[in-house]
Amino acid sequence: MSEATVGSGPLVIKQQRGMFLRRCSRDRTLIAGAFIIAVFAIAAIAAPLVAPHSPTQVDPRSILAPSSSEHWLGTDNIGRDTLSRIIYGARWSLGTALVATLMIVLIGVTVGLVAGYFGGIIDDILMRIVDVLLAFPSLVLALAIVGMLGPSLKNVMIGMVAVWWVDYARVIRGMAVSLRDREYITSAHCVGCSSWHIIFRHMLPNVIPSVIVLATLELGGLMLAISGLSFLGLGAQPPTPEWGTMLNNGRPFFQSEPQLMMYPGIAITLAVIGFNLVGDGLRDILDPRMKK
Amino acid sequence: MARYLLRRLIYLIPVWLGISFVAFSLANLTPGDPARLMLQRQFDRQPTAEEVARARDEMQLDDPFVVRYTRWLGDALTGDLGTSYRTGESVMGALIDRFPNTVQIALLGLGLALLIALPLGVMSAVWRRSPLDHVSRIVALMGASMPSYWVAYLLILVFAVNLKLLPVAGQGSWKHLVLPSITLGLGASASLMRLTRSEMLEVLGQDFIRTSRAKGLGSRAVIVGHALRNALIPVTTVAGMRFAGLLGGAVIVETIFAWPGIGKFVLDSIFDRDYPVIQGFVMFMGTVFLLINLLVDVSYAWLDPRIRLGRS
Repeated sequence: MSEATVGSGPLVIKQQRGMFLRRCSRDRTLIAGAFIIAVFAIAAIAAPLVAPHSPTQVDPRSILAPSSSEHWLGTDNIGRDTLSRIIYGARWSLGTALVATLMIVLIGVTVGLVAGYFGGIIDDILMRIVDVLLAFPSLVLALAIVGMLGPSLKNVMIGMVAVWWVDYARVIRGMAVSLRDREYITSAHCVGCSSWHIIFRHMLPNVIPSVIVLATLELGGLMLAISGLSFLGLGAQPPTPEWGTMLNNGRPFFQSEPQLMMYPGIAITLAVIGFNLVGDGLRDILDPRMKK
Repeated sequence: MARYLLRRLIYLIPVWLGISFVAFSLANLTPGDPARLMLQRQFDRQPTAEEVARARDEMQLDDPFVVRYTRWLGDALTGDLGTSYRTGESVMGALIDRFPNTVQIALLGLGLALLIALPLGVMSAVWRRSPLDHVSRIVALMGASMPSYWVAYLLILVFAVNLKLLPVAGQGSWKHLVLPSITLGLGASASLMRLTRSEMLEVLGQDFIRTSRAKGLGSRAVIVGHALRNALIPVTTVAGMRFAGLLGGAVIVETIFAWPGIGKFVLDSIFDRDYPVIQGFVMFMGTVFLLINLLVDVSYAWLDPRIRLGRS
């Protein structure tokens, strides 16, 4: 990404860290996004404490009930409390997106660093694989993988990870190529550091800021994609309170009971807005050249 | 230009082979024996071991992977992507029949996205930090963050259920095209608008813009004739990619609006474990995207002489 993200030496990194935190605390976009994410994260972690009911508890006496003091957001077609399902849904929807992102980052960054550091035939082979996977729009291949493996949330995550690491690999490889010829890498080589030591101890810290920006910017999109596949019935299966599945569940009633689709939709939108705001804010701070 | 085109075409061959390899390998992900699955569907009962063995022999499933792949690739080259388990029709024929429907809503969606994104993007850049810039930034953020399948239902609720202006779903008149296209277009417009804005800002800050202003050119000539022309180059590339994405992402929109396109067909096939269709879909869409990318690259070279004359 930019040279500003490529520091050298512990002192510079320390100074940069202080500056980074100061600028974060002044960035309104970032704070707004972080606030939204924090609310959802707390809801997800403390769901049993915050949620007024169990997300799967069926109450046959109040089916499709409107908002009331007992059910703030009403109930669904089999009498489950919508608010509780949204709160527990944060666990599934944010959780799957986070886990998928971690795996994507792990694969993408490793492939990118290895390709960029070693170059030559290793680079050629890895980048041709990347080229082929980039030739598909992500959803087509992910959909096909889930189609072949069969519908389930696990398979949706496998499909997403199999497709999305490619972007990271390409970006990180570009950075690794430019880092490879730096003097401190050459000197690490001269004092006898192994290739893996150089890759993970010397190159990795330099690409981390860009990885964080990329990951937050893509988290929102990944969440939309995962919940989209769940909405189609390919991901989380009922009665899992995943937001996409909840939307799918509300489909047959959307004309008479639009609120069933309204609340999960708002939850997804807000969470994605949160990630996009944090991603934008971080990018402006960590990569000032892109700030317009 | 001809040499550039030739170079690009030659580069496509290995990528296309890679796509075919991915599409073929996907079939190995399926749990269970494809021959048994096919027989189960045909007989509507568990097939006997001999029946499975005979079907495996007929389908030549016991040949080595490379042999099967080469045979499949040879068939694919002649346009034969196998037969659908579900409908018995040729996969290629079925995909080609439905493809124009998907292209129709994707093209309309892209057109709508550009219609929103270009003027708004240019105006936000020209009047940077004005109220219009802030509003369009918020609109873009919302557009990028709302799930398309949710937007589709909101649109149906407002325009079909409450106002009764448009049909809820199906195919027939031009009215059926409106909501699917808007759903696809809104999502794509957000990123295109932000890109137009940032590219315009980049170009507007350059020396030649100052020169043309100093020469006394009117601001419209500077903005449209000089700045926008340059900003359009990256926007074209991304618009091409977005179009490819719209074709692939139409699955959800087609399912909601019961639009008989390629995406809905594939989703039905997924639920019916119709593996040849899924495989054929990957091959077909992969090839279509390669061609779109080629078109984008060519238009890019046409718009920007630096690319066609320099090395790429």
